[in-house]
Amino acid sequence: MTMTVPAQGHSAKDRPKDEMKETPNEVPNRDLSHSDSHLDLDTPEKPYLDANELIINMGPQHPATHGVLRVILKLDGEKVLGTECVIGYLHRGVEKIGENRTYAMFNPYVDRMDYVSAVSNGLGYCEAVEKLLDVEAPARAKYIRVILAELNRMASHQLWLGTHALDIGAMTPLFYTFRDREEILKIFEKYCGARLTTHAFRIGGCQYETYAGFEKEVKNFLKFVAPKIDEYEELLTTNRIWLQRTKNVGVISAADCVALGVTGPVLRASGKKWDLRKAQPYAAYSEFDFEVPTGENGDTYDRYLVRMAEMRQSLRIIEQAVNGIPEGPIMAKVPKVIKPPVGEIYHSIEAPKGELGFFIVSDGSIQPYRVRVRPPSFVNLQALDLMVRGLLVADVIAVIGTIDIVLGEVDR
Amino acid sequence: MSHELNPAVPPLPEGEKKPVAEKPVAAAAAKPAANSEGPVPMPWTSPLAEKYRNRYGSGVEALTYLGQNYLVVDRSLIPDILRLLRDEEQFDYCVDITAVHYPKREKQFDVIWNLYSYARNERMRVKTQIADGASIPSSVSIWATANWLEREAFDMFGIRFDGHPDLKRILLPEDWKGHPLRKDYGILQQDQEWVQINLGIESGQ
Repeated sequence: MTMTVPAQGHSAKDRPKDEMKETPNEVPNRDLSHSDSHLDLDTPEKPYLDANELIINMGPQHPATHGVLRVILKLDGEKVLGTECVIGYLHRGVEKIGENRTYAMFNPYVDRMDYVSAVSNGLGYCEAVEKLLDVEAPARAKYIRVILAELNRMASHQLWLGTHALDIGAMTPLFYTFRDREEILKIFEKYCGARLTTHAFRIGGCQYETYAGFEKEVKNFLKFVAPKIDEYEELLTTNRIWLQRTKNVGVISAADCVALGVTGPVLRASGKKWDLRKAQPYAAYSEFDFEVPTGENGDTYDRYLVRMAEMRQSLRIIEQAVNGIPEGPIMAKVPKVIKPPVGEIYHSIEAPKGELGFFIVSDGSIQPYRVRVRPPSFVNLQALDLMVRGLLVADVIAVIGTIDIVLGEVDR
Repeated sequence: MSHELNPAVPPLPEGEKKPVAEKPVAAAAAKPAANSEGPVPMPWTSPLAEKYRNRYGSGVEALTYLGQNYLVVDRSLIPDILRLLRDEEQFDYCVDITAVHYPKREKQFDVIWNLYSYARNERMRVKTQIADGASIPSSVSIWATANWLEREAFDMFGIRFDGHPDLKRILLPEDWKGHPLRKDYGILQQDQEWVQINLGIESGQ
């Protein structure tokens, strides 16, 4: 996948001009005035590209880009001078599909955007439509939603940790995290029949009552996974190679995060304590006691620490929710045919990757007039260029991993 | 335009589904009577809304709907108001920039900026209407995040943002024809064409 721009050889600019002309391999001096060549013929002594500069395609089939992300790197030797992301390989027009489906029919589609945290997507979409309908899910449904969404945050962070560590060269965490993530997927499977694209929620609440033994299984999982997080940390937190590969790599300041609209753990790792679950609580989050972990340096290592701490906070939330889960109905009174009044709504949630928003415009019919998804991965990926300038090629891999993107959501 | 695709759409209680773009939402502010069943946008009263109403007069309309506030502003005021919102009102985080297409309206597009202020923990939207083919000043110099968001709006709607550093398609290939999120962009026709050209068979859709 390497594409080099035809440079004139290493020492082209050192050689005298007339010697270059006599070189048999030299491109003959053609009249290019009628062609669309970009070669600058007026100043032939200026090299077309600095001999050390190299344009390299990373992806779209590069495993470390976590999907089909193509990054065009401009390099000076090993140093990154600039990048350009080429995205859209997975674009399937989710927003256009939304305009051609009913509100309920569009619900499963949102699972397929960020397919490693489908529950969060469904939560955001269902709550947005509920807001538009002006209904509220019953308390029991809200608790179930919180439990599943936080389990999903765990699963998403575990998958992130495993693949991110694998990119950097640590293989063991991948096996550990996938082993433990399996337990979460089993709970999902028992609850709604699906492991990844869960479609767990309905507009107005949840479709399914919890299965017999759900609470016990969740509690067992909490007991099971708490020491496992320590295990991941033992492998990495003080590991010398890990520290060298992540400390001071991909630094981004809080001010840059705000300007670039970056949210989620990336924002928090640069020191800004902002989490939508606290700032603008949705579902039942206002009822639980939890911390918002932050970092200081905004580097890859801090983002790792923040996500590890977030996993522990998720456990805290799940524990409180599963112990306090109220009795009652799981569905609010919603009409069979969902037909919101004319209007528009924006609702966003704290997805594992950042602020996931849904902007829905209703024209009073059974189909949304417009569904706009504000994807955290897409917006966060924009910061890649700023974060990798001046770093080495290998660090680009680390930074792509640390932003935690899912291309299904970037491209929609 | 969507019914062919939706055999499973449950029948509407009252007869035929109306053509989609009949009731433009932004215009709902102007004619609230059109909306008989639900809440209607109400005037938004707040120091911020007052301030901008006084400063710009009829160019700004401040409304609130379901507790969410927005300003409907004249296109000519766009870069100024956005900059002031960032500098004076601390709306330092541009959550989203998007558009909505109303093909039957004279000014076909609503362009929407979705803003958030960390200091005030408050959201608001800014809306403006532009005609097809008209351009709008880019806000990349106000919020860096606008870069990709504006590129996406350009890709999907064909809205030109003046002063954008690199306005080109972002999700679709460069040689793509049309802008998919416009209401007149038929998805069936698109599918049939593609299948015919690339596979040489009739599309099953």
